[in-house]
Parts: sequence; structure tokens; C-alpha cells
Amino acid sequence: MIAGVAEDEEKWLSAGIAGLQQNAFFMHRALDSNNLKDALKYSAQMLSELRTSRLSPHKYYELYMRAFDELRKLEIFFKEEANRGCSIVELYELVQHAGNILPRLYLLCTVGSVYIRSKEAPAKDVLKDLIEMCRGIQHPVRGLFLRSYLSQVSRDKLPDIGSEYEGDADTAMDAVEFVLQNFTEMNKLWVRMQHQGPAREKEKREKERSELRDLVGKNLHVLGQIEGVDLDMYRETVLPRVLEQVVNCKDEIAQYYLMDCVIQVFPDEYHLQTLETLLGACPQLQPSVDIKMVLARLMERLSNYAASSAEVLPIFFQVEAFAKLNNAIGKVIEAQDDMPIYGAVTLYASLLTFTLHVHPDRLDYVDQILGACVKKLSGKGKLDDSKATKQIVALLSAPLEKYKDIDTALKLSNYPQVMEYLDIGTNKEMSNVIIQSILKNRTCISTAEKVEALFELIKGLIKDINENLQDELDEDDFEEEQNSVARLIQMLYTDDTEEMMKIIHTVRKHIMTGGPKRLPFTVPPFTFSALKLVRRLQSQNKNVSGEEVAATPKDIFQILMQTIEALSSVPVPELALRLYLQCAEAANDCDLEPVAYEFFTQAYILYEEEISDSKAQVTSIHLIIGTLQRMHVFGVENRDTLTHKATGYSSKLLKKPDQCRAVYACSHLFWLDENNDMKDGERVMLCLKRALRIANAAQQMANATRGSSGSVVLFIEILNKYLYFYEKGVLQVTVDSILSMIELIKQETSGENTTPDPATDAFFASTLRYIQFQKDKGGVVAEKYKPIKTEFA
Amino acid sequence: MVLVLALGDLHIPHRASDLPPKFKSMLVPGKIQHIICTGNLCIKEVHDYLKTVCPDLHIARGEYDEETRYPETKTLSIGQFKLGVCHGHQVIPWGDLDSLAMLQRQLDVDILVTGHTHQFTAYKHEAGVVINPGSATGSYSSITYDVNPSFVLMDIDGLRVVVYVYELIDGEVKVDKIDFKKTTTSST
Repeated sequence: MIAGVAEDEEKWLSAGIAGLQQNAFFMHRALDSNNLKDALKYSAQMLSELRTSRLSPHKYYELYMRAFDELRKLEIFFKEEANRGCSIVELYELVQHAGNILPRLYLLCTVGSVYIRSKEAPAKDVLKDLIEMCRGIQHPVRGLFLRSYLSQVSRDKLPDIGSEYEGDADTAMDAVEFVLQNFTEMNKLWVRMQHQGPAREKEKREKERSELRDLVGKNLHVLGQIEGVDLDMYRETVLPRVLEQVVNCKDEIAQYYLMDCVIQVFPDEYHLQTLETLLGACPQLQPSVDIKMVLARLMERLSNYAASSAEVLPIFFQVEAFAKLNNAIGKVIEAQDDMPIYGAVTLYASLLTFTLHVHPDRLDYVDQILGACVKKLSGKGKLDDSKATKQIVALLSAPLEKYKDIDTALKLSNYPQVMEYLDIGTNKEMSNVIIQSILKNRTCISTAEKVEALFELIKGLIKDINENLQDELDEDDFEEEQNSVARLIQMLYTDDTEEMMKIIHTVRKHIMTGGPKRLPFTVPPFTFSALKLVRRLQSQNKNVSGEEVAATPKDIFQILMQTIEALSSVPVPELALRLYLQCAEAANDCDLEPVAYEFFTQAYILYEEEISDSKAQVTSIHLIIGTLQRMHVFGVENRDTLTHKATGYSSKLLKKPDQCRAVYACSHLFWLDENNDMKDGERVMLCLKRALRIANAAQQMANATRGSSGSVVLFIEILNKYLYFYEKGVLQVTVDSILSMIELIKQETSGENTTPDPATDAFFASTLRYIQFQKDKGGVVAEKYKPIKTEFA
Repeated sequence: MVLVLALGDLHIPHRASDLPPKFKSMLVPGKIQHIICTGNLCIKEVHDYLKTVCPDLHIARGEYDEETRYPETKTLSIGQFKLGVCHGHQVIPWGDLDSLAMLQRQLDVDILVTGHTHQFTAYKHEAGVVINPGSATGSYSSITYDVNPSFVLMDIDGLRVVVYVYELIDGEVKVDKIDFKKTTTSST
């Protein structure tokens, strides 16, 4: 059906063009032979093609353009006629004899153009006459094109000030009147199209209207270019008249398009000075007009204007731009009671962008906007409209991006309130945005108060807000989220130790509400933050003597003990063990023996009761031994107890090689370089011998189960340890013991059952090289190493 | 000329939020041929980031690493050099160079890269070189006070390796370099 219509239209257009061209041909022939009468006859016939009602605007335009071209040539002829002495006035009369009104009016406009140019009559008079005549065409499409033609031919002939057609007036009022009238009439015609034809073709009509809109909008462009339209004339005449028409036409399409035109066409300085008038029209528009787009564009233009030069900024203050815009938005939202939340928030978001550009230092404005948002949202409960939440996220992100310093955003009292209205998922998303902003800008949050405010804001990440609601976040996302929180904790810092203590308390308070899911992520960064503070207090305490210090390391260790304990609810014993050992070392550095002992106790309990995985046990033992080895704060009894336990754990590891290695590591517990009281050669040798026994047992087991000699590497390791302690001067490590080790290894590596292992051989060779190297060193070391023979028979 | 980046003990997010910006801007993808990491990243995000700097990534397991499948020790050959990496919490006493030398003999490597102490060291002994690139984020350590962020870049060329150490001190990146030469080729 539609295809058929399109085909028909093509046919009609072709027919129209053919007719037009044919008459044009005859018209030209008449022009060439100076036959005015015939020329007029054929031109009228030619223009009759424009009388059609069959064409859509798009096709009509094609026809119109061809007519336009022909009329240009006709106009040149008329001008030459005038030069030859033919009376323009007569010509003006003559063309009015054309039979049909539309061709008559086109011809009249054409002659009118020449008339004005001849200056035989004031431009304003001719224009007035023409525009009155055009009333004769009330058909929307034909009328619009006719008036468009009038506009085109008159454009360069308006009685503007400074133009040659100025006449005796010294204002551009007449020109303005003319254009305004044309605009008004064209708009009326345009709006009329909406109501023509059957209801079912509304969509088609609106599309056609859209094709014609620039014809109407052009008038505003022309107004914008009239020299004589200064700010006063714009304010007193142009804007009010245009807005009057816009409001009164009560047509959604026209209103939206024209408001936008006004904003785009006229200069920003004019807009600033006429804000109230312009904004005053907004609530009067049809409710279906997308006013937020219009306002958003206006604010965008003004933002850019403000950014363009510093001199412009004071004007914004002067005209109270913010207040007016804020009011206008309020009125629009009030007037359109059923405006969806998304619309209102978009408006506020635009205003916020404007404010951040133009008045970035006015936090009160920013807060005001957020407050207005809260008001609009109140009573609605949590939003479930995704478009609205997206806008709110944009609204909340804008101050973060602008200020880069979270401090400023924290000062906005309405900020957290807006966040309350987001559903849980979006709230978390926003919290994440906040955290990323802090991390990206590497801003430190330096007071407990700000930390408190921040944690309030991001509480969705810190704890389960609604216990009944199951969090649908998938595991990876949850981890990422909590890792962000962990990173954030690193940024909560100040050099002031008193304030830092307060921060520690605040952070602890909040992370403890996180529950077992979150503690493994939040407790470690908290722990290290606290330990860093302990270190700072250590150096401080040394300087400050006798004065009351607000926080002491002991207080912090107490907090840490309680906090790490909480990890048992998860449970993550390996992590807790590591943290206990870290704290023990820190307590050691503060000379707090009982505290260090307590931390060790807790670590040991975890090891005994909770850590049963072999691999985990090996690592944990290494950490225990390594930490214990560095402790200097323990008295003999405590030290003995802990050491005894550690060696006990070592010999009970599952795999023999692990046992062996852990036991010989324990040998270091009995020999501390810095402390002569802690050098017990006998216990060192006991450990090494024990390790050797275990290595032997491992060898035998390997022989029995696999028929191979197993790994000799343990022996070589033990040999290396012998050499280590021999060098340190442990008397119990005798030359003989070393030599017999070397013998043993030789035997094991060259036996008949042994499978050669290049790694083992290389290790042994390198050990022997080391011995040789020491001998070559000379001096005391060489003396020591001399008796150790490495040559083989 | 082969560039090998050695770094570790970042402890993200437990003890640090990120690498220092000045370091990050230096670690441009495509410039480095290998990365040797002493461990304690600690999370996958850091692993992924290092992969973007260089896909040939070798990591040894640190005691806080989330990924439990990293090996305790790793050896690899680059040019004429054999390199080994181990986090170092397994070698007791921690940071003791003689004990580390034993590990080096055991792994039979020319260069041993190790961490845990967060303190940069480059130590030459008769069996080779022990390098500790320190902590790339300058994170807290129970062993070392006043840790400055640091990492190491090794330029391996034939029998010679030049070790560049980058340290962030008071907001400025300071570079130092140490030369090591191998006396024999790694044929034995």
C-alpha cells in the first residue's frame, strides 16, 4: 500500500517537474524576445505546479527548488527591465493579474525584491505589503514554502541599521517586525499540520513536520543576524514575542524545536541577561515537551561560556544565574507533577554540572542541589528504575571528578542522603566509584571524623545492610570489592599519632561489623596500619619521657589481639597465625615480653589445633622458627618453652625431608650472633644430629620402598649447616664430624645402587668448592679450613 | 642485551594500595624480556598487571600470596646465566647471607633472587650473586625499618650482568648500578 503511494508520488513529482520545465522553456523564449506578457503568462503556468497537494514536503521541496532557480532568472530579467526604464510600480501591478493566487504571490515577491533594490519605495513598505499578501495562502505546506521564499529574497534587503535599505528610521524595528511576523505566521501554519488528516496518520504527519522545521527555524537565524538587534531590543521585543508564539501555539513539536533554536541561535551573553524571561516560559510549555533536554542544553552552553574567559564569570554572579536556574528547575518539577524521577534527577545533574563549572567553590550550591534531589526522592523508598539510578550515580560522581579530593565531597551534607535512595547494588557501585576516586588521586583521609563520614558513605561495602537480602554478588566480584576496601584502608593515614590512634579505633569499629565474609580482607590491612603506628610511637616514646602519651604500643597490641581473634569466626587460621607472629615481632621490638609471649601462644595454639594441612604446616613452622630466631626479648624460661615446642612441631611433620629441614632450622634457635648468652653449641649439635638421624631414616625408607638410594641432598644440606656453625665457632661441630659427613655423602653418591642425580652432584661439588675457596682465603678462615680434606682416594 | 626485572614483596592490598606512580610509569610494557618475582604480590590483580608488563613472568611463593600454586623455588636460564628465585621465608635465619649462599649452591645458580626482608641487597660470594630487590611498594616489614620502595633491573649481556637498583627516596627515583662478571661459562 505504502509502496504504491511512494510510486505515485514519484510519478506526480516527475509530472510536476516536466510541466515546470516545459513552461520554463517557453518562459525563457518569451524573455529572449522581450515579450513580457508571454513571459508572465508562462511563468504563472510554471508556478502553478506548486499548487499541488499531492506531494510530501520532501518531494515538494524538489519541485520548489527548480521553481526557485527559474525565478532567479526571472528576477534578473525584471531588473534589466527596470534599468531599461520600465516602471517597477507598473510591473508590481502587472503581476497581480495572474489568475491563481499562489503563482501571483511568488511573482509578486520576485518583483518586490527588485522593487526594494530600486529604492523607489522604502523597504519596509514593500515588505509590509508582501507579508500581508502572503496571508492569502493558508495551506500549510504551500504557505510555508511561499513564506520561505519571501524570507530568502528579502534576507539581504532588510531595513537593518547600517544597511543601504535603512530608510529614515534609526532602529532595526521594522526589519524585526517583518521577520517576527513571518515567523509567527509560519509557525501557525506548521502547527496546523499536526491536526490535519486522519488520526492514524499522525506518525507520518509528525515526520513530515520534522522535515519542515528548519523553514520555521530559519527566521530565528535571520533575527540573530540583524545588526540592529542589540541586547535591549532582544530583551524588550524579540525574545518576548518569540516566546509568546512558542507558548501560545501549545504544540509539543514546535515548542521543543523552537526553544532549542532560541538557545542555539542567540548569543550566550544575551541568554545570561534574559534568563528569567527565558526560564519563565518553561513551566508554561506543554507537559510532554522534553524540557530537561532544553534546560540541559542551555546549562551546557552557559557552562562553556563561563569556561571561555575569566571576565565572563562575574556576570554570572551578577545576574544570579544559579538562583534563577535552580528556581526554574524547581518550578518545572512542581508543574509537571507526574514527571518521572529520572527526569527530575537529570535536571539536577545538569544543574550540578553547570555549578561545578561556574561556581566550583560554592559547596553550598552543590549541597543545595543534592538537597533538592533528596526532597524529590523522599517518600519513594529505594529506587528500582535503572535510568534514574544511572542518573543518580552520574550526579554523585560529578563532584568526585571535579574536586578529586574526597574531603570536599564528604563536606556535602546531603551526599550520603542521596545515596540512601539507591538500591543495594547501585549503592555498592557508587561506593566503589568513591573508593576508586580516592585511590586514583592518592588522597589520604587524615582525620577520624572524615574516616567516620567516609565509612558511613560506603557502608554497603563494609557490612551487610539488609541481613535478609542474600547478596547476589559473585565470588570474584566480591573479592575485588573487598580488596578495594583493603586498599582504601591504606589511605587512612595521618602523621599525627594521636589522631592516627583515633583513626585506628574508627576503622576497627567499622570492620568488625563486616562479618566472617569480610574479615579476612579487612583485618590484615588494619593490622599493618596499626603496626606502622606502633613503630612511630616507639620512636616517639624514646624522645618524650615522663609526659603522658595518649596512646601506647601496649594499647594497640591489645586491640590487635582482639581483632585478630575475630578471625577465628571465619576461620582462617593460617592468616591469623601470620598476623600473630607479626605482632609478636613488633612487641619484641617494643620490649614487651609478656605481650610477645601471648602472641606466640596464640600462634602455637592455632598451629596445634587448626592447621592440619601438611604444606601449610611446613610454611607455618618456617614462620614460627624464623620469627622466634629473631626474638631477643624473652627470658630463659619463656624462650625455652617456645623453643622446645617449635622443635617438637618440627620433628612431627609428616614427610621426613620436611622434618629434617625444620629440625636443622631449629638449630639456629640456639645460636644468636648478637647475644653471647644465647650461644648453646651443645643444643645446636643436638639438633643437627637429630636432623641427621631423620635423614638416615629417610634414606632407609627410600631404599625399602623404592629400591633406590633416595635423595642424598639432605645430607649435603646438613653438611652445609655443619660448615656454617663450624665457622661461627661452635666447638661441638668438630672437624671429625665434618669429615665423616663428607665420607658419608661420598659413599651414598658412589654406591652401586645409586642413580646419579646431577643436581645432587652439583650441590656437593659446589659445597666442596666452597671449602676450597675458604682455604684459599688465607688468614684465620684458611687456618680453620685447613684440616678439612676434600680430596678423594 | 636481555633485560630482566626483579621485584617482589608488594603486599597489595595488605600493606600497600599500589605501586608508587613513579615506578608504574617506568614499567612500560614491551621493554622487559623477563620478570622474576620474589613473591607476596599478594592478589591476582597484581599478577595480571605484571603480566601486562611482560608475559614471561616467574614467581616464587610468598607466605601471604593468595595463589598457593606458585612454586617454593624456581630456576631458569637466561643467556649464559642460571637464575634462581625463592621468596626467602624458608631460609632461616631470615636474610642471613651464608644460609642464602647454601640455597644458591643447592639450586646451582649464578644469580639467586630472594626477598622477604624488604631490604635491597646485592651480595657476591664465591658461588655467585644474591640479589634482594627489596619491596617494590616500600611496604611494612617486621625485619627492616624505614623501607624505601625499590626494584632491580638486570641487564644480561654475555658473561656480564649489570644490576640496576631503583629506589624511591623522598619522592625521587635514585638509580645505582653494580657490575658482575661470570668467570666461566655454565657448561659443567
